[in-house]
This record gives sequence, C-alpha cells and structure tokens, in this order.
Amino acid sequence: MVAVTSNGTAVVTLPTDTQILITREFDAPKHLVYRAYTEPDLIARWWSGERGEVTSVEVDLRVGGTWRYVMTANEGFEVAFHGEFREIVPNERIVTTEVYEMPEDDPMAGSPEAEEGALNIVTFTEADGRTTLTTVVECHTMEVRDAIINSGMEGGMQEAMDRLEQVAVSLH
Amino acid sequence: MMRFMARAATTTDAFNAVAEPRRREILDALVGGERPVNDLVTLLGLTQPLVSKHLRVLREVGLVDVRDEGRQRIYRLNGHSLKPIHDWVKNYERSWEKRFDRLDGVLEELKGREERDGGSDE
Repeated sequence: MVAVTSNGTAVVTLPTDTQILITREFDAPKHLVYRAYTEPDLIARWWSGERGEVTSVEVDLRVGGTWRYVMTANEGFEVAFHGEFREIVPNERIVTTEVYEMPEDDPMAGSPEAEEGALNIVTFTEADGRTTLTTVVECHTMEVRDAIINSGMEGGMQEAMDRLEQVAVSLH
Repeated sequence: MMRFMARAATTTDAFNAVAEPRRREILDALVGGERPVNDLVTLLGLTQPLVSKHLRVLREVGLVDVRDEGRQRIYRLNGHSLKPIHDWVKNYERSWEKRFDRLDGVLEELKGREERDGGSDE
C-alpha cells in the first residue's frame, strides 16, 4: 500500500429527509481521535473551527451525563450547544443528543423540535493506523435537518451577505 | 431571513422536487443512464399516471430532460440542476472541514507525545 500522509476531506451527504451523514478520515489511531473528541482541553482547540474562539467546554462523559460547548463567534455573538450522552463505548462509539441554544428571535426558538435538538451517532473506525470518524445526525423533522445545514451559512456567509446588502443599499 | 433562504418558499425549485422520496428514486434510477417511462413504472412499482406526475415536477425544475423516440418518451438526469442543493450542503461541509483541519493539528501533537512517551500499551 502506498503511504498516505495527507488527511481526508469531510464528506457530507443526506441519506434520508431527516439525516445528515458526515465522514472524515484522520491520520491517527482511534484512541487518539476519541481523546480529541471527548477531552475538554482538546475539544476547545478544534470545535469552533475558524468561526470563533471556544470559551467554555464542560463534559461529563458517562451515560446520562451532559456536555456543553460555548464559543464566541468572530462576529462577537455567543454560540452554545449542549447535550446528554445516551451511549458510550470508549474508542468506538458515542450516542448523544445535541441541542443548539437558539437566540430568542430565531423563528424556531421554543419549538419542541428545537428543544429536543438532534441525536448524534458518532463512530470511530480504525484501519492501518488511520481512523474514519462517522457522524450521523438524526433530526426529528426535515425542517430541523435543513436548519442545521443552513447553520453553515451563519458566520462568514451571513456577514458577507449583510455587507453585500449594505453596499447595495448605499448605491440607491 | 437568511437562515431559510436556501429553501425558498416556492414549490418550483430543486429542493422541493427532491423532497419527495419517490422523485429521489426516479433520480437514482436515472443516474445509470436515460430510461423510458415504462422502465421507471416497472422499477418503482407505481402506476404510470403517478410516475408521469413525478416526472412532470422533475421536468419543471429542470432536474430531468425528456426526448421522444418513436412512441416512447425517454427521460434523462440533468445533473446541473442539482447544483443548488450541492452548493447548499457544501457550505455546511466546509464548516466541518475547518474544524477537522484543527483536529488534525491536535492529533499530530497527541501522536508526537505518545511516541516520546514510548507509545501506549493499549
């Protein structure tokens, strides 16, 4: 086999109306990917991506235990998620709920779907020292699923559109 | 609001057209190449009027094209029309990729640490 040094690319597909499937390969054994995924100081270093800075990570890693991540987005507002662990198989599998703590002015805020959030099924599979991380996001409705996909548009994209709007208005 | 802009309220966009499971089955069937209506009827196990109804919706949003060959109507997939959906998901994919790029960095460090410590004995 040819030595592979480059890392994979995240692939997102929509297997059903209420699911999102996210797959990514990492050049590391699964016990390390599991650590990076579950230890607060490590989570804090990657979870916000380039969308902001992580300000708080709490993880009570046991079935029935809860977690909460908070970040300050580049635009200044706070974004928080929390959930409850439903199933934990160390280095293999995590099943957890994930709830986006919506701003009150969000059209979906307060709805039962929003309060319940989604169910994330995360699996760690190792082959040749590399790990495939698979996340299935199970939503209650297609509307919730679509809102989650749209959330990728917040931050950078949203800001760009706002600026574009301002420029367009100023041209009047 | 921007949040919902990607899924326009109109009934005539690709998003709504593929929201129907049967229509997705038709698109899946056409991925392998063009097919006459009768083929699709057999494949999906639906009545011809129902299949035709779904095909009409798909045609209206440009997801399929049709041509006549003798007495048969042959349908084929027009992948270009799926681009808005692809773009929509791509954006979400990119935000995950940014996270995972950082996770790569964390993992490199953990691997280095393990090697220095003589490896773990899992």
